Amino acid sequence: MAEFRMPALGADMDEGTVTEWLVHPGDEVTRGTIAAIVETDKSTIEAECFTPGTVGTLLIQEGTKVPVGTPLATILEPGAVPETAPVAAMPPRTGRGSEAREGAEREGGAPETVPRGPGVPEPVKVEPGRTEPGEPAVEPARPEPVRVRPRPKRVRPASGKPAPARPAAVSSPLVRRLARERGVPLARLHGTGPDGTITRGDVERASPGRVRASPYARRLAAEARVDLAALPVSAPDGALHAADVRAATTTPGPRAQRTTPPAAPASTESAPGPASAEAPALGAATAAPTRAAQEAPTAAAPGNPRAAPAEADKDAAMRRAIGRAMARSKREIPHYYLSATIDLTRALAWMREHNRRAAVSDRLVPSALLLKAAALALRTEPALNGTWADDRFVPGDGIHLGVAIALRHGGLIAPALRHADALALPDLMHGLRDLVERTRRGRLRGSELTDGTITVTNLGDQGVDAVYGVIYPPQVALVGFGRVAERPWAVDGMLGVRPLVTATLSADHRATDGYTGGRYLQAVARLLQRPEDL
Amino acid sequence: MTTDDARTLIDDVLREIAPGMDDPAGLAADADIRDALELDSLDFLNFVEALSKRTGRRIDEDDYPELATPGGTAAYLTGQEAGRG
Repeated sequence: MAEFRMPALGADMDEGTVTEWLVHPGDEVTRGTIAAIVETDKSTIEAECFTPGTVGTLLIQEGTKVPVGTPLATILEPGAVPETAPVAAMPPRTGRGSEAREGAEREGGAPETVPRGPGVPEPVKVEPGRTEPGEPAVEPARPEPVRVRPRPKRVRPASGKPAPARPAAVSSPLVRRLARERGVPLARLHGTGPDGTITRGDVERASPGRVRASPYARRLAAEARVDLAALPVSAPDGALHAADVRAATTTPGPRAQRTTPPAAPASTESAPGPASAEAPALGAATAAPTRAAQEAPTAAAPGNPRAAPAEADKDAAMRRAIGRAMARSKREIPHYYLSATIDLTRALAWMREHNRRAAVSDRLVPSALLLKAAALALRTEPALNGTWADDRFVPGDGIHLGVAIALRHGGLIAPALRHADALALPDLMHGLRDLVERTRRGRLRGSELTDGTITVTNLGDQGVDAVYGVIYPPQVALVGFGRVAERPWAVDGMLGVRPLVTATLSADHRATDGYTGGRYLQAVARLLQRPEDL
Repeated sequence: MTTDDARTLIDDVLREIAPGMDDPAGLAADADIRDALELDSLDFLNFVEALSKRTGRRIDEDDYPELATPGGTAAYLTGQEAGRG
């Protein structure tokens, strides 16, 4: 059985806190499904699951901080039924060795989720891990089930007699709950699952007109002020996922919906579902769209004091995280440094012409041209693009530029702009704006923090002439751009005034020599003389 | 649009694009917006884009220097309106 573990989201991360689960037992996950919101010392990250299958048990409750590599959830074979499902359909057994409990014991702190006491008259639905942070974990003295959902009595088809043990074969307790919330009588449904069991999709199909969406999709939609009901659903389970909202909000431009007048928050629509428990959280996040970017991680988990340390603590944690990675870099990587001054006359003239014709949303900034040139030049110098692991260079699986982005109140994060060399400039520009926006809002995906094959830092806006960066391990190079400024420059034997930029390269001497680095900077300079080809 | 209207609009937009920074309403009319709110070139583009959308006006890149301060931006927005009105 596979496990979804606390991901290592970069050299500066030792541990992380699951602040919100976005999947639940019984959910199908595919490669790249965003399974949880994880808070690290630096940011709030959408953690992806890379094992396709069915979520079995959530082993960690929201608000728990665990080291990198800790199992967070079990992932069963695709289509498998989580162990909790039969439990819900049968009278509870006490003392059963569920995965939830094994996980709880292994992690020493996950909640007890098994119904307690022999007097429970009816099947009780159990949802491991879906607990409120801060609640006491176990209260053995209570005769009532601990932390269980409402009993399924109301779910049952109204028969007037005690509910039978199996009124309908249902694939999971979640499906049962969904049916109850939708008011869909299970007895009338035709199961399409294994052995004729009723699946979530069956309930979805029987309850038209309602929008079911993941809590995260709801939050994204609320932030983007998009009506969930208007979005097409792509997933086979019939629910709207974050990807659907993204698809709708990232075209044509990432900010397309930003400036529309505030509509009624999406959270006010009556769309109960597994998401209903998150409705208050959504409302809280929606109510403060202009809150500080640094508070965004806090907004992700309102009511969870552990996930919202004081600003000073967060700043300190950020400094420690950066310190760990940079100290490791300086300790392990023998840096060499090169610089080259590049004439941007042609590039900027071309950009101005482009921007004159373009709508504001399609305009370029010099950074976009510099990033594109930095990416393209790696095609001819691939030895700078990749990572150093086990005493050897591992080439990158593409040119994914880690773009150093300053946070508004200090600190920085360098998420990856994937395949930047293949992006047309307007696409690269949109990608860059989207990345900056999400970085500052705490909406990065975990893979974006780990995919970078080189880092580019641009301190031009801060007015510095040149930046000699510290390589972000395990990468082997970092490209820096300083300020674009008009300076005297010799052209054809004459002194002229030209817009110039100093490009620098910090590179790992284990992977390359200065000769390679020099060729790389030359290539960047050459590319910027032909902006129309960028 | 009066100068006060324009300033209100400018402050709203700045709050939106640079959340968590100093309240733009406290900026002097001749303060450098980029410096005061630590805006980078992408932030400034967002500023221009939002102003353009809210007012329905095209703002050309050549006009950017006029948008350096709240006062300059307000004059730009109201002046343009008067010129076209």
